Formats: sequence, structure tokens, C-alpha cells
Amino acid sequence: MSETILETQNLTKHYGGVHALNEANFVLHKGEHVAIMGDNGAGKSTFVRQITGVEQRTSGTISFDGKEVNFAGPIDSREAGIETVFQTLALADDLDVPDNLFLGREITKCNWLGPFRLLDYKAMRAATIEGLERTAVKIPNIRNTIQNMSGGQRQCVAIARTATFSSKLTIMDEPTAALGVQETAQVENIIRTLKDNGEPLILVSHNMRQVFDLVDRIIVFRRGRIVANLNVDETDGQDVVSYITGAKTGAEFEGAA
Amino acid sequence: MARSTESTGGLVFDRSKRTWPNELNILIALIVIIAIFEILGQTLPYMNEQSFLFDSRDRFDSIFNEARLRIIILQVAIIGIIALGVTQVIISGGIDLSSGPLVGATAMIVMSFAQTELVNGGPNPKAVFGQWAFDLPVLLPIIVGLAFGALIGAINGSLIAFTRIPPFIATLGMFLICRGIAQAWTRGKPVSFPTEGYAGLGSGMMPVFWFLGLAVLFHFILKYTVYGKHTYAIGSNEDAARMSGINVQKHKIMVYMIASMLAAFAAIILSSKNLTAQSGMGIFYELYAIAMAVIGGVSLTGGRGSIIGTVLGAMVFGVIQSGFTYVKLDAYYQLMAMGFIIIGAVVLDKVRQERAASRR
Repeated sequence: MSETILETQNLTKHYGGVHALNEANFVLHKGEHVAIMGDNGAGKSTFVRQITGVEQRTSGTISFDGKEVNFAGPIDSREAGIETVFQTLALADDLDVPDNLFLGREITKCNWLGPFRLLDYKAMRAATIEGLERTAVKIPNIRNTIQNMSGGQRQCVAIARTATFSSKLTIMDEPTAALGVQETAQVENIIRTLKDNGEPLILVSHNMRQVFDLVDRIIVFRRGRIVANLNVDETDGQDVVSYITGAKTGAEFEGAA
Repeated sequence: MARSTESTGGLVFDRSKRTWPNELNILIALIVIIAIFEILGQTLPYMNEQSFLFDSRDRFDSIFNEARLRIIILQVAIIGIIALGVTQVIISGGIDLSSGPLVGATAMIVMSFAQTELVNGGPNPKAVFGQWAFDLPVLLPIIVGLAFGALIGAINGSLIAFTRIPPFIATLGMFLICRGIAQAWTRGKPVSFPTEGYAGLGSGMMPVFWFLGLAVLFHFILKYTVYGKHTYAIGSNEDAARMSGINVQKHKIMVYMIASMLAAFAAIILSSKNLTAQSGMGIFYELYAIAMAVIGGVSLTGGRGSIIGTVLGAMVFGVIQSGFTYVKLDAYYQLMAMGFIIIGAVVLDKVRQERAASRR
């Protein structure tokens, strides 16, 4: 595999006495799609929160794009190029698609006007359309406000942020958990497009079929530890389930759980 | 483009799919209300077939009853200026109850810096300060007034942003504080006799000029600047705004400061127009301003509304007031009718919103 985009070493997070995450060693290569699986409370979300700076880790190091990083908050990580699609969508209902994509990082003119600098609607609309096309997101009218959209369309808008800003890494936390069949297919198509474009992805999911369909590698978490690192070609659903439930533990992780 | 629209499921800007703007509804409501008064004037037995809108007198060749139109807009202009600020506060998801008393306090303070020395050849009987405060350049009281407004707004905004107490409570407190300041400033005595330059700020149709000028300015700001976009974003989904890197606290303080400065400016125009300042000035103004915004389609839950809507809301407000007087409805009933109309406007908005949500 090619260069490493994200690497964590001995990443650990304790909430008081609870060891939510223990010495997680994780590597993600450029262009690679990796799924994180595990039971509820296994440490998946905790892991994501440490990477994106939503929470501060107890110990360990994170390297992103070749440099060691210390994100003070989610905005830091976003500026570094990590785009996260959260379970609860961070969209403003009364704004339209370009407004939401560019929220907090608007393209502006006359910047000497400070907070009253002018919005460049034209440029933002053009960039939005370009981003949507790149991800093959289907939204009939980008001038529509978010409140008039279906759950799938909303999810797509959230994901399209990634493409619009050509981020270096996308993290999706159960992006299809609340969606219907068609909408799920739409989101999965977007993920495939990201893969074709060579954009790396971390996908947190419970959906076995989806994971086998979409990613190159599966990381299994159990009780705050990584217990397996499996190539999808060399494993099957049965196998993954036994790692998730603890019936099996990966050879290189013996003694970890 | 053919290929690209195909790959995005027909992703083209489709004008026909744009939603019906709310402002049009209010404009229609305004026209309907005027028509109702016109019909009432023609049909009510005691009205002698007067016209509400048109000029029926033969000796003048104007079409409209210009005097009435002028009074309607003049009546709402000053509260309208406050409503422009209140609109922004409500769009950002807050509420400002302090604007009415702020008008009283600002008028008292500003007028003290705008007094003239000689009244009818004798010394000014209402003098607040000593010799130094007479006949100051007109810019000075304006600056003092806007600075006071900015200060009150900054306190409102900081309380709401940093202590996270509900805006209702913070501005309710400021409501009492400002009324107190207004009364304490001269121990209840009115302040009068401004300089000629100051009196010119609000004379004649000047309030209308300020109201419409500021409306155009803030329409532009809300629609085409980062400040405006972030105001809508915060009112729509504060968490999303924060996650997107917007400094929500700083922005809220700015919104409340602008609103209070607009209220202070309204106080300057009002005291100039009346040539006097009294501590009781601006009673009910905060509620009228909120009513104008709400009638104009500004959603109290934040995120929705516009300056155009508020201006139309102000016109509806003025037309109704004027119309009630026109059909000789007792002043006591006017307040009650106004209350029903405000409630009706909010209920209608709610129904419209729910219908839009179910159409998804």
C-alpha cells in the first residue's frame, strides 16, 4: 500500500475509571476505505472522537498526513482536512445547500468590510454544483432549504461537504442508520464515488453487508481495544461476528482483550 | 452541461421550484386589509360613503388620500426602526424586550446633550447640565445616543452569550433597568428645547426617510453579507453553526448591539420629532416592534424572516391602526383587536410551517 494518511499509536482514552479506549494502533493509507465495527460501547465512537478533536485523548499520539497533530477541537481537525459526517447532522434547516456547505467558510468579496463582507453567492453555487457532481449526489434543486429535503438528501448534503472542500480524510459515523433502502443506496453510491476518486474513508457501521460491499479493510473493536484487522477478501461475515462477540481474537492481538 | 445534469439527477436551478416567498403573502394580506376598510367605509351606514384609500374630494385632483397614507407610514416609521433590529434578534433565535425602555432612556440622555441655551430670549428652563452642554454640534448627541445603545446591547448580548440565561430574562431585566435610568436621569422631569439642528433630524417626513433608508441597508446586510448569513444560521441550528466554526458568542453580542443601536437611533428621531424627551417615552414599543416582525413573517423560533417582511408587517400594523380610527372603532377596542391580529398571524405562520413540513 501507498503512503500513510492517518496513524495512531497507543491511543488511549479514560473517562474517569472507565477505559473506553486502550492503546489503539491504527493505520490508514491514502485512498483506502476502512470500516470500524464492534458492539455498542466497544470504543468505536470514542476512537472517532479522539481523532477529530471532539474530545482530548488521555495518552498516545496521532499523526495525520505525515505530521503529528494535536487538535484542540473539531474545527482544528476540519481545517487540517478531516471532514466528519456525524450521526446527528450539523445542518441549518432554514438555509439552502450552498449556504450549508459553506457555513463558517463562505467565499467572500470586499473582505475589508469585516463581518459585513459580501457573500459571493455565484462562486459558492458553482463550487457546490461541482462538489455534488464529483460525488454524484442527486439533489433536484440546490436552492431548496434543508427543511424541505428527505433524510437521504440531508445526509447527502452533509457528505457533499467533503467533496466540495476536497478534504484529505472523510469519517462517517453510521451514515445510513436512519435511512430507507433507496436513500441508503444513494449514500453508498457516494461512498463508492469517493473510493473511485481515491479519497480515504473511515466508516463506522453496524451493517455487515454494507461493510463488505464498500471497504477494503475491517477493524474490529471490543471492550476498548482493537481485536482484529481483516482484509475483506480474506474474511467473511461469520468470521467478523466471532471477533465482535469475542469468540475469536486476531493472532497479532493475542492477550489484548 | 447535458452530461452533468444527467449525473446529478437534473441538478439545474429550476425557477419554478422556488418556494412561494412569504413576503408575498403579507403583501396580499396588506391589500386585503386595505380593501376591507375601503368596503367598510362604503357600506357602514354612519360613514357617509367615505373612501379609506382614495381621495373623493372634488377640489383636489389627487387619486389617493395622501394625508392618510403619510400619517400611516409616519406613525410606524419610528417603531419600524426598532423593528428592524428586533427582526435580526429574532432571526438569531433570541428576543429583545428592552427596546421600548431603551428608547425612553436614550431620549432623556441624548436630549440633555442637544439643548439650546436660549429659549424665547430667556435661559433654557429645562437645562440638565451646565453651560458647557448648550448648543453642541448635532453629531455629539447622536454619538452619545448610539454609544449608549451599543453599551446596553453589549450587556444584553454578553449576558445571553456567556451566562446562557434565556434572552427573555436578560432583556426583561434590562427592560426595568432602562426604564429606571430614564426616570432617574432627571428625577422624572422632561428634557426639552433642542437645538435647531437636532430638531431637524426628525421633523416632517424625516422619520420615514430614516426608516426606509435603514430598511434598505439592513435588507442588504442580512441578505448579502456574512453577518446576515450567520445570523440566520445561528437561529436555525445553533449547534451546527458552532460546529461550522462560527463564533456564536461574538456574533450574538453583535446582533444585540446592532438592535439596541437601532432602538437608540429611533429614540433620537422620536425626541427630535417631539422636541422633548420624557421618561415614559417608548412604552409598549418593544411589543409593537416584535408584533411588526411577527406579522411580517419572522419566526419566533429563529432562522426565518426578512427585513422586507418586517417593513410590510409595519405597514399592516399602521394600516390597521389607521383603519380602526377611520371606521371610528373605540380606542379601547383597538388594542384588543391588535392582540387578536398578532395571535392570528402567528397561528397562520404555524399552520403554514406544518403544511410545508408534511409536504416533504
